[in-house]
Amino acid sequence: MSNIQVDAGRLNPKATSKRHRTQAGGRASLALVSLLFLTPALLFYGVFELWPIIQTIWYSLYEWNGIDASTFVGLQNYVTVFTDPDLYGSILHSFILILFFSVIPIALGLVIAALIKEIKSKTASTFAQVCLFLPRVIPGAAAAVAWTWMLADKGTVNQMLRAIGLGDLAHVWLGDQSTALAAVGVIGFWLQLGFCIVLLLSGMGSIDQSLYEAASLDGAGWWRQLFSITIPGLRGQIGVCLTMTIVAALASFDVVYMSTQGGPGRSTMVPGVAVYRLAFTEQSVGLASALAVALMILVLLVVGPLQRLVNGKRG
Amino acid sequence: MKQSVSVRTAGNVVLALTIIFSVLPFLSMLSAALQPQGSMPEGIQFTAHPQWSNFVDAWNMADITPLLWSSTLLVIVVVPLVVLFSALGGYAFAQLKVPFGRLLYMLFIVGLTIPFETLVTPLYYEISGMGLLNTRLALMLPLIGLNLPFGIVWMRSCFEQMPRDLIEAASIDGAGHVRTFRSIQLPLALPAVSSLGILTFLATWNQFLLAVVLVNDPNKRTMAGALQAFVGQYQTDTVLLNAGALLIMAPTMLLFIILQRYFIRAMLAGSVKG
Repeated sequence: MSNIQVDAGRLNPKATSKRHRTQAGGRASLALVSLLFLTPALLFYGVFELWPIIQTIWYSLYEWNGIDASTFVGLQNYVTVFTDPDLYGSILHSFILILFFSVIPIALGLVIAALIKEIKSKTASTFAQVCLFLPRVIPGAAAAVAWTWMLADKGTVNQMLRAIGLGDLAHVWLGDQSTALAAVGVIGFWLQLGFCIVLLLSGMGSIDQSLYEAASLDGAGWWRQLFSITIPGLRGQIGVCLTMTIVAALASFDVVYMSTQGGPGRSTMVPGVAVYRLAFTEQSVGLASALAVALMILVLLVVGPLQRLVNGKRG
Repeated sequence: MKQSVSVRTAGNVVLALTIIFSVLPFLSMLSAALQPQGSMPEGIQFTAHPQWSNFVDAWNMADITPLLWSSTLLVIVVVPLVVLFSALGGYAFAQLKVPFGRLLYMLFIVGLTIPFETLVTPLYYEISGMGLLNTRLALMLPLIGLNLPFGIVWMRSCFEQMPRDLIEAASIDGAGHVRTFRSIQLPLALPAVSSLGILTFLATWNQFLLAVVLVNDPNKRTMAGALQAFVGQYQTDTVLLNAGALLIMAPTMLLFIILQRYFIRAMLAGSVKG
């Protein structure tokens, strides 16, 4: 296409200069059109996301009860976040939740996906996909309600324990300080497992089958193949799973708020619930904002390097 | 050969166990919801006389009708606008020339992973300053803004894969940018648009934190947000609580089962690109 235009230009110098002029004008108007296309998105995003981010950082430097005049306190709120055991404890809790939301579902998901990838039946796989996706489709808050009943004193988990003669282990799982955080973790595990399996399975399809044949000719067993072929071949998918599940673990307000509200005591307090409580029931907007900023930085610190893992694989 | 048979058996067993694990909480809720009202259900139990009428009572007590309307209204406003604004913006980034394009695009990328927990406090004061607290707009406006980073990234990558000759051909035809966008590019992007619609629907319908903070009246919240008020009220009534919670989950589950192919495709692709 451009060749023809160049030729036409050479034949007719007048046309060339005219085109130059319209191109310069065209560039300016193209910039204008581009901005017009982008305006609605920029407006909504700016007002309801960028501005609140700036506001959070701003609030975090003040002591403010949300009503009266605020006092500038510099970085004092951040000092409090990292020295008050209740507050930095909530961050530590969310690290433990990462184990349940992320590490265990992905590790187990890899083994399960590797085991079921040979199943060829189409109906079985459609049915399985629907079931495995269900936890992801319902609101996290509803998942918490479902599991509050599962883990209750008379709930299904205890019922099953009693049925297999382990009744002594029965617990009010979410109501006991020593088990509550792990019980919340189980909810997260349930939320993430199915999705990780399906995502990992979808990646396994594109691994070169001849690698497996060569490996079994060399006498490599199932586990050996998993570690030396499957897992390296799934680096991108594992990166995606890690990003999603870790973000879910750090931003777990729905699940925690609806199952334990951070209790009993503060045994399941996570940053999201702590921010909510500080801002809306304890009227410490500044401190809430400092914790919120800490959470935001934590998420960005985790996601950044993981994104490189994902993109590295794609490039 | 022997190993492959045992792996296949293990695969079937593991798959069955995983499926059971995924649906067990739903079965457990259903079992409790079908027990006689006022009884103390225990785990999953067989009922000779399932009390389906519990769902009718729970429907009335949880006020499902206005809730359904409220959530539907929210979705009807938020989803098309998010899709439209994302398509326009993504098109500008991919096919037009945005001044400071890289910088502006980076701004959207930053928003991609910011937890709502970080934004909810300033949003509360912002919405309250606008005098919109406890109105439907209090949820609609922020949800449009907060769904945009993903939408922009999604639509940009879609428009970037479109053949360049198409726009060149269109601009030689003299078709304006708006017409090129509307009649050539957007129709070609339809699969990506519908996936974005599904993902935005889920994010909006299931929104919990913003609904709880910005809207006091449960009937103006999302269905997820209303769950909080309902649970607070019926905490001790296991039967009705489970029946009501199931009703609140039912719309998304039904829609998912009907449109499963599209949901699964959208969610898988969405996670990889997001």
